[in-house]
Amino acid sequence: MYNLIGAGLIVIGGGIGLGQIGGKAMEGIARQPEAAGKIQTAMIIIGALLEGLAFGALLLGK
Amino acid sequence: MKIAQKSIKFLTIVAISLFTTLSFASESNKTDNQNDGGRVNTKQEINDYIKHHLADSHDFSLFSYTSDAGERKHVGFSLPVIVWTSKGLVTFMSSEFHHNDDGHVIVEKDGLKLAKIHSKIYELDNGATQVSFDETHHAKNAHKILDFSITKSVVGILIAAFLIFFGFSKLAKQYKSKAIPTGLGRALEPLVLYVRDEIARPNIGEKKYKKFMPYLLTVFFFIWILNLMGLTPIGFNVTGQIAITVCLAIFTLIIYISNGSKDFWMHTLWMPGVPKLLRPILAVLELAGYLLIKPFSLLVRLFANITAGHSVVMGIAALMLLLKAEFGTVGATGISFFLTLFLTVIEVLVAFLQAFIFTMLSALFIGMAVEEHEHH
Amino acid sequence: MDIFNDFSVGLFALQLVILIVLLVLLKKFAWKPILNSLEERESGIENALAAADNARKEMQNLTADNERLAKEARAEREAMMKEAREISDKIIADAKQDAKEVTTKLIETAQASIQQEKQAALAALKKNVAELSIGIAESVIKKELSNKKDQLELVEGILKDVTLN
Repeated sequence: MYNLIGAGLIVIGGGIGLGQIGGKAMEGIARQPEAAGKIQTAMIIIGALLEGLAFGALLLGK
Repeated sequence: MKIAQKSIKFLTIVAISLFTTLSFASESNKTDNQNDGGRVNTKQEINDYIKHHLADSHDFSLFSYTSDAGERKHVGFSLPVIVWTSKGLVTFMSSEFHHNDDGHVIVEKDGLKLAKIHSKIYELDNGATQVSFDETHHAKNAHKILDFSITKSVVGILIAAFLIFFGFSKLAKQYKSKAIPTGLGRALEPLVLYVRDEIARPNIGEKKYKKFMPYLLTVFFFIWILNLMGLTPIGFNVTGQIAITVCLAIFTLIIYISNGSKDFWMHTLWMPGVPKLLRPILAVLELAGYLLIKPFSLLVRLFANITAGHSVVMGIAALMLLLKAEFGTVGATGISFFLTLFLTVIEVLVAFLQAFIFTMLSALFIGMAVEEHEHH
Repeated sequence: MDIFNDFSVGLFALQLVILIVLLVLLKKFAWKPILNSLEERESGIENALAAADNARKEMQNLTADNERLAKEARAEREAMMKEAREISDKIIADAKQDAKEVTTKLIETAQASIQQEKQAALAALKKNVAELSIGIAESVIKKELSNKKDQLELVEGILKDVTLN
């Protein structure tokens, strides 16, 4: 039960983080479409790092 | 020469298909009360089935069904079991377990009693004849042994390794006679270029990327092919095995640690430009980051993504059975079909993305380690 | 931590061995030849592009040179034409001048010779007149003594004979 609540919290946190990353990346691409490739790569890397964190937490709670 | 090559190919195919038909045994099993992870009628059975799929397996079962006579039939191959027991190496075919996966079937070899519980081989303690379980369903009188079996995952790895080696050595041969490859090579060349130009070059740097190209290419294609193989109905779940991802992450770890430049170690262990009191604390943090957190995030990401993808696809596919009462056979099948199709398409994307991210982050970490800073 | 319970040392070991073997084999038989030939091809393309660029530049230089030469040649030709025209003009002018001079000289000499002839003719006339008058005077003097009337007739007859031509 508690680990499910924990998982929910992790998902909320991760969701906010991913939303921030994605949103800012979109803004960046809209502002500078010629840098889209670089922004995308950076976005994926940061997203992956965040994902690693969230998955780590999920596994620890399991 | 060409004819000889063709006939060799043909013979290989014949041999493989003969081997397949010979070992393609369909086995029957009369005891109906045990769980072989093949029945999916109730919620509990579906859960067990998904769990069984996610775990490695000692036989290569394609599907199983209950015949009209009430017999359980399994279609697939059995694979060799190779275990290191208290009495040395023991090998036998996994068919001796009769697809039992909860420790009820005991195999006796050289006076040893072996049982398979949830895809793990256990050796029974001296004197025990049956596996007895405690309340948390852990075996009380048996212990796990080193298991070097050719499991389904190992078969998957071998197939992937063969495919990669076959495809790319063919591509390499093509370059000897022509500048632009044809056929399969034409599809593979852009992928090699992609890994080189989008992953290795920008992250490691123009000067040093060449040394790491073989590793990055191998890992990229290894993960990608295995991820894709996991989406086929044969049902491999290789990159969803924690042992596999641990192995890959340790490889990356060893490569970037052993290639760390002087500057890298300087910045990790004795960060310049920071008060001297803080430096040991920073060193501990940096070391933990490089030695533990980074490989851990690498291995967990791949493992969790693939596992999650497989369980979600299988869960959605199981809606077909669970919603039968509410929507009827056609309705439930339709819903589950479209949802599964949608998810599988996403999973194809994820298969590539995870291979890309693993390779990308490996390249990034290697790039951090080999980078030479300008001296401040 | 159920996941790490699932960790199979055997699978790990097998994967390690297979991965190392795969890495070594692929490095030797696939990645090295592939990457080398890709690099060779790329440097070949780069060289070819550079060569094409150079050739284009050379072509440009050549056409520029050609144009310059043509322009120079045209200018030279024009200059030559101009010069030739000037020379011919000058020659014509000179010729005209010369002709004028020659004619004036001719006219002058002609006039001079005419004058001379005239003088000579006059002189001859004068001499003739003088001889005639002397002859007349002689005859007059010869007849003088006979009569006055005859004298006059004689003079008149002589005068009649002497037609002033």
